Amino acid sequence: MTKQNFLNFNIILLSLILIGCSSNSNNADNSSALSGDIKIDGSSTVYPVTEAVAEEFRAVEPNVRVTVGVSGTGGGFKKFSRGETNISNASRPIKDKEAKVCDENNISYLELSVAYDGLAVIINPENDWVDYFTVEELSKIWHPDAQNNIKYWSQIREGWPNEEIHLFGPGTASGTYDYFAEVICGKKVGTRGDYTASEDDHVLVQGVATDKYGLGFFGLAYYEENKDKLKLVGVDNGNGSILPNMETVSNGTYAPLSRPIFIYANNSAREREEVKEFISFYLKNAGNLVADVGYIPLTKDEYNLEINKFNEFIK
Amino acid sequence: MQRIKEKIIEFILGATALITILTTIGIIWVLLSESLEFFKEVSIFDFVTDTEWTPLFANKHFGILPLISGTLLTTIIAISVSLPIGLTIAIYLSEYAPKKLKKIIKPLLEILAAVPTVVYGFFALLVVTPFLQKFIPEMAGFNSLSAGIVMGIMIIPFISSLSEDALSAVPKSLRESSYALGATKLQTSFKVMVPAASSGIIVSVILAFSRAIGETMIVAIAAGQQPRLTFNPLVPVETITAYIVQVSLGDVQHDSLEYRTIFAAGITLFVFTFILNNISFWIRKKFREEYE
Repeated sequence: MTKQNFLNFNIILLSLILIGCSSNSNNADNSSALSGDIKIDGSSTVYPVTEAVAEEFRAVEPNVRVTVGVSGTGGGFKKFSRGETNISNASRPIKDKEAKVCDENNISYLELSVAYDGLAVIINPENDWVDYFTVEELSKIWHPDAQNNIKYWSQIREGWPNEEIHLFGPGTASGTYDYFAEVICGKKVGTRGDYTASEDDHVLVQGVATDKYGLGFFGLAYYEENKDKLKLVGVDNGNGSILPNMETVSNGTYAPLSRPIFIYANNSAREREEVKEFISFYLKNAGNLVADVGYIPLTKDEYNLEINKFNEFIK
Repeated sequence: MQRIKEKIIEFILGATALITILTTIGIIWVLLSESLEFFKEVSIFDFVTDTEWTPLFANKHFGILPLISGTLLTTIIAISVSLPIGLTIAIYLSEYAPKKLKKIIKPLLEILAAVPTVVYGFFALLVVTPFLQKFIPEMAGFNSLSAGIVMGIMIIPFISSLSEDALSAVPKSLRESSYALGATKLQTSFKVMVPAASSGIIVSVILAFSRAIGETMIVAIAAGQQPRLTFNPLVPVETITAYIVQVSLGDVQHDSLEYRTIFAAGITLFVFTFILNNISFWIRKKFREEYE
């Protein structure tokens, strides 16, 4: 949480610098000056992408204030469905329940895929016994039935040490949690509850990085950012162990733990020039920016498809 | 005119005092009403006997014991750090230290209590834990030991200052009689002064104890966020306060059972500190009777 504050502070600082830098170019090009507030909230997984786009956008349109919050996909949709935000970051599609609230509040929206993300299963670098996990093993560890039952590494696979396993994962407000729970434990099953749950991925990184018997999962990008402190584990879905990377995530062989991530735009994109401009900018530049922050871009054709979808929406 | 002025001032003073009382009543009322709703759905028996606390997950359990064990564990570690150190400092200051030195040391010590707890939290997580891991390699990154130790350091001034006050309040005649009987300084300190000031010292410890139980930031940052019924100081635990923080920051729906868990946890915490504060109040009263 405090790291989040620190991050926000950095963002403010950065945007100030950007505003400072761009004031000259702004004078030269007065014609395109837009202004206003764009409010974005939602998934911590999508946050780095949207923030990277927002930073670039601030350089082009310094008078538009873009704020990106992090309250989990569910938390983001809650605000989105009340009309408090213009765009919602989401690491899973909107749920029927959330869509209903949007309807009730007369909010029409559009789902846009912006990148692919792999869920990384990670352990401490000092862990020398785990070579890979099968999907069944992951399910055995995380299933609600494991609560208070599966407590030791030795219970997962024979030969692993008889030491307590310390689990770390996103909390229930997170889209990453929903996704992981659904593909590993099954639809509407959820996971066990006796693990360290935090919406702040840095807490999870810190937890596993300092705990020899730790095991955690979160978005691949957070692994990329902390490569030196963590060890990535391959997942075997029956076709051999596969490590998540650019290739295996975008071609879908890293199954079932890879997924598209989304932004949701509401009708303000139709009514407000700066929101429309921001989203167009997002879709045009995501391809280059996504890789910088550790995610896997869609193909060019896929981005064009999203752009067409958006143009259709704002007509 | 003068009379009216007096009345107005009197009224303002009274109102100010009333605000604090009303605030307390308001807090208790909110805690009670929300947790009553909670206990309509969850039986109190389950609440105090179930050994699992997983209200946000599929397999729901509402046993407060893991949170209590986490809270008590960090608190006990904190007290076992701060009591010996704090008491030693108090004895040194009141019996041994020259007056000038005492005037410098006491305020310096109290700075410890003025350090923001979030700083202590990161100190525990990023300095104390890695240091301890050099000696105890199997220690987890989030653990109650380093959170407890750092919390102990934070509450040293509570114990040292209040105990020192208690020691200084012991009538001079007691100390002088002890010397007259030929006792050494050490004998006087431990056999005469400490027993004579014992109620004051106990009060200081209880206050430190209730401060440690309510401490939030340090444990939320350094002790982990996993409710676990254990007294092993090397693994991640969750305290009552850390749970309240976790839920308040997440996006639990208002007026849901999950939301009310924080009030049930809050009232448990309140009961603990309320009892402790009353014990200390009672002891302090007794203390007064003895020496005045």
